[in-house]
Amino acid sequence: MSEEQIKQSIIRQIVQIAPDIDPDEIIPDKNIQRSLEIDSFDFLKILTALDVELGVAVPEADYGQVDTLNHMIAYFAKRITP
Amino acid sequence: MSTFVMPSLGADMQSAVLMEWKVKEGDPVTKGMVIAEVETSKGVIEIEVFEDGIVEKLLVEEETECAVGAPLALIGSKDTAAAIEPTAQDIEKPSLEASKEPEHETVADERIKVSPAARKRAKELGIELSSLTADKEAIHLAQIESKIEPEAIQPSGMRQAIAKAMSRSNAEIPHYYLSTSINMTPALHWLEELNKNRSIQERILPAALLIRAVVCVLKEVPQLNGFWKNDSLQMSAAINPGIAIALRKEGLITPAILGAEQMNLDTTMQTLSDLITRTRSGKLRNTEITQQTITITNLGDLGVESVYGVIYPPQVALVGFGRIMDAPWAQGDTLCVRKVMEATLAGDHRATDGRIGGKFLDKLNQILQTPEELR
Repeated sequence: MSEEQIKQSIIRQIVQIAPDIDPDEIIPDKNIQRSLEIDSFDFLKILTALDVELGVAVPEADYGQVDTLNHMIAYFAKRITP
Repeated sequence: MSTFVMPSLGADMQSAVLMEWKVKEGDPVTKGMVIAEVETSKGVIEIEVFEDGIVEKLLVEEETECAVGAPLALIGSKDTAAAIEPTAQDIEKPSLEASKEPEHETVADERIKVSPAARKRAKELGIELSSLTADKEAIHLAQIESKIEPEAIQPSGMRQAIAKAMSRSNAEIPHYYLSTSINMTPALHWLEELNKNRSIQERILPAALLIRAVVCVLKEVPQLNGFWKNDSLQMSAAINPGIAIALRKEGLITPAILGAEQMNLDTTMQTLSDLITRTRSGKLRNTEITQQTITITNLGDLGVESVYGVIYPPQVALVGFGRIMDAPWAQGDTLCVRKVMEATLAGDHRATDGRIGGKFLDKLNQILQTPEELR
């Protein structure tokens, strides 16, 4: 799976859970929760949906590595089994 | 035989639109069953029936605006012996203005299919629904939004409802405020260990642990759980914490976790999760928005350090949680860094004094130092 495809999956799930967010608002190196006003509950829902779609469950200890869109892409790219 | 009336879904509510019947005449119903959906300033609310019986007659058509207390249906008892009186709690006396005729409906003869969100928005904006239905298709929100003229922004119904309730609170309730810093490191560490072995779906958020902690402590300090009514404190045996849930667009709803005193940590988290999802999609039940016994507001996600809340009358207390942050913490004679959170209590001074409020915060702090008790 290419990084571009991962990116599209992440954006799709964010918009699914917070429908008022315009994909253009998602700035790749900004903190997702703070810049998009996503609370911890919605963040958990996004990670749950990505686990289902990409087959990678992010442990709590790794939350610091998935704080921005760019970090999330890198994190999933490293762990998705081809 | 009893009359099922439009319930009051908050002190500020005068009327609501009966959107949809979930039952038809002749259907048997049981206590707690959802029999109708109504639209209010708080969104679409599912209305439960409070007795067993049979729907004898539906008295109003769908999409009719009804005053609080207006008769909506006749419920016949299954057998005369089992007749149960409606619990009077949420029901005010039927108003004489109760109307069976649509008051604000713009639809004439033919029923126009329109999504609840679209109907609400159209009403706010004063758009005639009939002007949109040339093709007989159902109307969706996007079509309404496309009709908005930029200057047409009015305060929403929800904004007005919040304004009313909060003005009343500040005018009537002599608030007192207390706060305490809580070392959250033990609780977060315990939660981390617990979540390590769980799938994402089963993870517990700190927000759920905090609700659970409040509920446990309220069992020991029941004076903060209840209402100020008729110049006296009425404590509630049930603990129904109203959870302040911000809506992404605008506004705030505080639906209750009903019967939280009977839940454990897992069921508290599941109920919270379900409640947030339904709040944001606009599918709450009348009992959830009328039976709160205390309010919990958690603004930690927004980076706020402490919350000094406004009590929602007739409740007598509001618990606020701020951000959990790394902070210097003195332990014995060493200085270390810990996860620290500010917990606040807004109390109604007519109902309780600072001693009770202080006891509550102290016990809350203690129980969070031994989080395994919260399981």
